[in-house]
Amino acid sequence: MHQEDTANPLKTLQDIHSIMERSARFLSLSGWSGVWAGCTALAGAAIARQWLHQAPEGYFHEYSKSIPIDETNGDYRAYLLRFAMLAIVVLVVALAGGYFFTMRKARKEGATLWSPASRRMVFELAVPLAIGGIFAFVFLYRGLEAYIPAICLVFYGLALINGSKHTLSDIRYLGFFEIALGIICLFLQGYGLLLWTVGFGVLHILYGIIMWSKYDRQAIKDKA
Amino acid sequence: MRNPIEQLNKLFDSRVRIGIMSALMVNESLNFNDLKALIDVTDGNLASHLKSLEENSYIKVQKGFIGRKTNTTYTITKAGETAFRSHLNALEAIIKNMK
Repeated sequence: MHQEDTANPLKTLQDIHSIMERSARFLSLSGWSGVWAGCTALAGAAIARQWLHQAPEGYFHEYSKSIPIDETNGDYRAYLLRFAMLAIVVLVVALAGGYFFTMRKARKEGATLWSPASRRMVFELAVPLAIGGIFAFVFLYRGLEAYIPAICLVFYGLALINGSKHTLSDIRYLGFFEIALGIICLFLQGYGLLLWTVGFGVLHILYGIIMWSKYDRQAIKDKA
Repeated sequence: MRNPIEQLNKLFDSRVRIGIMSALMVNESLNFNDLKALIDVTDGNLASHLKSLEENSYIKVQKGFIGRKTNTTYTITKAGETAFRSHLNALEAIIKNMK
């Protein structure tokens, strides 16, 4: 009774491939999400740089090279806390925008945002990120804040590589770049903010533009 | 050489059944709503195709609960995997012969 459905073997194989792909990978990640996250990171980094410039005499030698006068100094703690708050705000704004653009794309494609594939992607991304968060917190607590940019970059890169199995495989390469920057950051003291800005700002914008032209623009053309 | 068309599995004649098998090949398990979202099909239609695949023991059904709501999940069996793979091979052979 369904003979007509499967009359064309090539079409059938293509359908099979498409269902396997859609059910195993979350493919609605929007390029705009990357651009948004990158711009948010750039804005956050600009504010952080401004704050570093205004730091009281002796807090820092240069960007993110920390020479605290006295680690038990309450003012210094409060000063660091301001950076931690800024980082959290940047993260929330970046995630909210990323979610918005991806939701918009999924809706356009008629795909569901909350599928088994997207659940797995979120989980695989979240594990290294959560561990990285714990590392960053402990390093901050121990007064080793100079290592935080490196930790952010390396664990974020690991998260991307881990999550790439369940979404566009391109994020894997972004992951390798983030890790490379993080490792450079480990060895190169004093460039933490700069490398963080490159990793989370510039790379995200580049990635977003590449993804947009590779997938989103094609989809718009296909429709036209 | 045997005609590959004879090796096509009659059970995989329908788009819906092929969709179910494809999705279960790459996922450990999926529930009814996951499958419905993937395959664009009505509830009744999907249920009847699942039933026939289950009767041929190509898929396994587990009934569970999330809170008070029933949550039925489906898993592919070894037999189902083998059958689907040979169906795929037959399809590929047909395409090769056409060229």
